[in-house]
Amino acid sequence: MSEETEATRSGEETGGGGAGRRSDGQLRRALSALRHDPLALTGTAVLALLVVVGVAGPWLAPSGINEVNIDRMLEAPSWSHPFGTDELGRDVLSRVMVAARVSLQVGLVSVGIALVVGVTFGLFAGYYRGWLDNVLMRCMDVLFAFPVLLLAVAIVAVLGPGLLTAMIAIGVVYTPIFARVTRAGVLSVREQVFVRAAVSIGASDLRIIVRHVLPNIAAPLIVQTSLSLAFAILSEAALSFLGLGVQPPEPAWGRMLYDGRGFVTEAWWLGVFPGAAIFLTVLAFNLVGDALRDVLDPRQLTVSESRRSSG
Amino acid sequence: MARFVLRRLLQSGVVLLGVTLVVFLLLQLVPGDPVRVALGTRFDPQTYEALRARAGLDQPLVVQYFDYLRRALTGDLGVSFRSGRPVTEIVLERLPATLSLAVTAVLFAMLVAFPLGILSAIRSGSLIDHAARVFSQFGVSVPDFWMGIMGILLFAGVLGWLPPSGYVALTEDPGKWASHVALPAATVGLVTASILTRFIRSSMLEVLSEDYVRTAEAKGLRTRVVVLRHVLRNALIPVVTVVAVQLASLLGGVIVIEVLFAWPGIGRLTYDAVQARDYPVLQGAVLLVAALFLLVNLLVDILYARLDPRITVK
Repeated sequence: MSEETEATRSGEETGGGGAGRRSDGQLRRALSALRHDPLALTGTAVLALLVVVGVAGPWLAPSGINEVNIDRMLEAPSWSHPFGTDELGRDVLSRVMVAARVSLQVGLVSVGIALVVGVTFGLFAGYYRGWLDNVLMRCMDVLFAFPVLLLAVAIVAVLGPGLLTAMIAIGVVYTPIFARVTRAGVLSVREQVFVRAAVSIGASDLRIIVRHVLPNIAAPLIVQTSLSLAFAILSEAALSFLGLGVQPPEPAWGRMLYDGRGFVTEAWWLGVFPGAAIFLTVLAFNLVGDALRDVLDPRQLTVSESRRSSG
Repeated sequence: MARFVLRRLLQSGVVLLGVTLVVFLLLQLVPGDPVRVALGTRFDPQTYEALRARAGLDQPLVVQYFDYLRRALTGDLGVSFRSGRPVTEIVLERLPATLSLAVTAVLFAMLVAFPLGILSAIRSGSLIDHAARVFSQFGVSVPDFWMGIMGILLFAGVLGWLPPSGYVALTEDPGKWASHVALPAATVGLVTASILTRFIRSSMLEVLSEDYVRTAEAKGLRTRVVVLRHVLRNALIPVVTVVAVQLASLLGGVIVIEVLFAWPGIGRLTYDAVQARDYPVLQGAVLLVAALFLLVNLLVDILYARLDPRITVK
């Protein structure tokens, strides 16, 4: 472990070129750590499965998601319907599979929005400092002052419920955290020798930000992205549970739980399977995120090292 | 210290001003005319004009904002589009239900998290440490409303020990209140406990690796004395912050849990306001919650600075 830290440190000091090399090394380290961590491997496997189901769900699903069959309503799990049927006789397994796409889509798009906007704000705030920093970060403070789900609900409420507005709302809610993480990283990187060197040879601000600063703050951003995906999927599930996400008849895990909650004491499968799908997805993102943090985030590294020495 | 408090007060004031602006602009984001949308099929020109004038929507935007701010400062958050009652009154009467749920949940969380977090740090690598880590991973990954549904399934459905939902005021019948609050509070509390456990554990581990702990051990103090006198006191300072912030966010009403358990708190109010497109109530609830959230954070920062004087120097 100490050798790797040493290597990172020397990479930092070799100037602009070293900046790129350092993040390459980090990525390689992260990937090899993921390969050797059974929990992270499990998480990655679950995510891979999820992507397959998310992309090919409608073709893989054993029956149509809106095939209503009143004769077979609220049937317990069986060979023909492994997850049972719902109050309209629809196949729960097929609906859970197809709904994976919604969760992934909302997670990726909303975290994408938060990442792009937050990182841009954070880069400008941290690099230019001064009034721009003040204005941008106070705006982020304001957004931070609202409980996450409350703000998302309020935004969806005024824009009207739906897939797109849910993505925007969740994206807005998670923007401040990316801005803060980015800014904190920029503040420490901009004082490094290689940034000053780049300034002295007349590199433009944009070039310095993109080529020298950004690669060096990639590590915390990768970790934050992975963990935010978990939170975003939880938020999407909560919004759709409240009827503010994807609108019926299209299936979403949260919505299925909401619709099934009235029958849950007679038909446990309506409560168990969609929720288990959310849980496994979020767990997988968290496991991968935690493993990445253990390797990439130096502050956490000291904690895990001390854990090792005292354990 | 006085300067620190003053600076934090000023900062919070600025953020609160921003919060009022966001809440105010929410209404402007409604596509079309919010009053018309809210009235829907119950539209009649007289009510429409009266509500518009009452909400000040016939004024220019800047005038509207300062008017909103001035009235908010005096505790007037407008009237409900639905019932015509003052928003402040509606929001405040929901506070006790949310407060009793939030406090019970946090107490429950502390009861679980403190022993678990502390033990898992002291006996790092042991069975209880693994259990604590599995628990905290489970808690941050599980959707709280799913756990609530599972709780209803088990305790109300299969075992029949607890009512599946509903609310009885604490002042009305403490016994019935307790049986109704148990499931929602345990649901919310378990998630909070998992966050707390993780935090207590890492805070303890950090202090355990300090030089003064090694010194204390080296001079032959018993482990119990080291942990109680040197480790706990320092490790629990940052934990105060986390407990308070968790409580603050729960005061915002756990919307989903309140909806699931038919708990008539702020969260449920927000949900109903969204369903009814009662925008003034939505604005009022959001504003109150955000203000409360800011206030608790401010108090925590000041308390934290008192507990750990190094903070004010930074």
